[in-house]
Amino acid sequence: MSQVRVLVGTRKGAFILTSDGKREKWDISGPHFAGWEMYHIKGSPADPNRLYASQSTGWHGQIIQRSNDGGRTWEPMGNKFVYEGVPGTHQWYDGTPHPWEFKRVWHLEPSLTDPDTVYAGVEDAALFISKDGGRNWDELAGLRGHGSGPRWQPGAGGMCLHTIILDPGNPNRIFVAISAAGAFRTDDAGKTWQPINRGLHSKYLPEPTAEVGHCVHHIAMHPSRPGVLYMQKHWDVMRTGDAGESWHEVSGNLPTDFGFAIDVHAHEPETIYVVPIKSDSEHFPLDGKLRVYRSRTGGNEWEELRRGLPERHCYVNVLRDAMATDSLDKCGVYFGTTGGQVYASADAGDSWAPIVHDLPTVLSVETQTLP
Amino acid sequence: MIRVELPAHLRTLARVDGEVRLDVAGLVTQRSLLDALESRYPMLRGTIRDQSTGQRRPYVRFFACEQDLSHDPPDAPLPEAVATGSDPFLIVGAIAGG
Repeated sequence: MSQVRVLVGTRKGAFILTSDGKREKWDISGPHFAGWEMYHIKGSPADPNRLYASQSTGWHGQIIQRSNDGGRTWEPMGNKFVYEGVPGTHQWYDGTPHPWEFKRVWHLEPSLTDPDTVYAGVEDAALFISKDGGRNWDELAGLRGHGSGPRWQPGAGGMCLHTIILDPGNPNRIFVAISAAGAFRTDDAGKTWQPINRGLHSKYLPEPTAEVGHCVHHIAMHPSRPGVLYMQKHWDVMRTGDAGESWHEVSGNLPTDFGFAIDVHAHEPETIYVVPIKSDSEHFPLDGKLRVYRSRTGGNEWEELRRGLPERHCYVNVLRDAMATDSLDKCGVYFGTTGGQVYASADAGDSWAPIVHDLPTVLSVETQTLP
Repeated sequence: MIRVELPAHLRTLARVDGEVRLDVAGLVTQRSLLDALESRYPMLRGTIRDQSTGQRRPYVRFFACEQDLSHDPPDAPLPEAVATGSDPFLIVGAIAGG
């Protein structure tokens, strides 16, 4: 029978939640790396026992951990992230030039075909690649060097490259997103990049339709339609049908179009999920009611999903990398909260139940569907 | 034999219990001590000092013989008591954060 493994990164360690295909009873292991910030843990599509984890603290910096046995044992790998050449400057919060400084790895994206190749999205925003299982890291410097880098500015959480999407149909095509610079695409495996932000409108920018500067919170893709991307921006839910050449808004009837997480159903490429969040400063659910919204039409028409979710007094957030889906017959949907709950739906979002209640702040949630 | 006491997180990372004991060739300085430590435990590279600049990480402190040596030059000799192993060299995570 199939199994699901849910990889949870939290502010104080990592947890691995496993269940059979019914997804009713869960085994919980952890905390792994207790006390460390675990920004992201992700498994290799080419070898599900190969996991990569980003571990960091303000005291001791960045560690990359690797497991070859599905998370039972771990080994520290290389942690030398050095920007290529003279790093230069980006904009600081006050608009003054600020030198690029490595702070941490936000997101690890293993190759779709090679367990030893993995990409790392880092703060200050840049993309690195390792081709030897995480031992050595090289910057794909064409991203920072394509010309707009000096105009990038940090969002409230820092200037992070938080989203990496590999095109399953084209090994040379990669999408990334940066807060607060926007979305970018390469068609030559990372040598050269172009901003793909046409159609985005950000009222907090002096020029709301600028080429860069947009605070993209997250992007999701269904592997069967690699040209279709869905974006949760600081405000607005957006969609592109042409690999980012142009975007249009699909916020539709959402109660608020602010949020962080967005994901796509495993078997229905037009079914997407978001968690609307009250903003600009509150960053908790509207009216204290935690809700997921689902669109079965690729956006614009949204339905509220509430069964099993808190009806009152809920003031948590769901961060950008804290939602994932599994690929069992009835698609599972998962998300973690800043209050330490991880909710699961085994029926594509119709009903929800917490797997765990009281973890540290959840930073990321990823899944693996195992045979 | 030099005695080094690591903070808890780094003991876990290096998979050691208690003090670390190191042989340090030549003059015992912060740099030579940390070079020896990182050579024995490569997973500690970058966790105490920056791998590129060699500078101490901001929230890490070096204490020995009831002195704060954090701001001493990296090539200055460490106290005799550290060099002879009668006192440990303490690598401390500064009190900060939750």
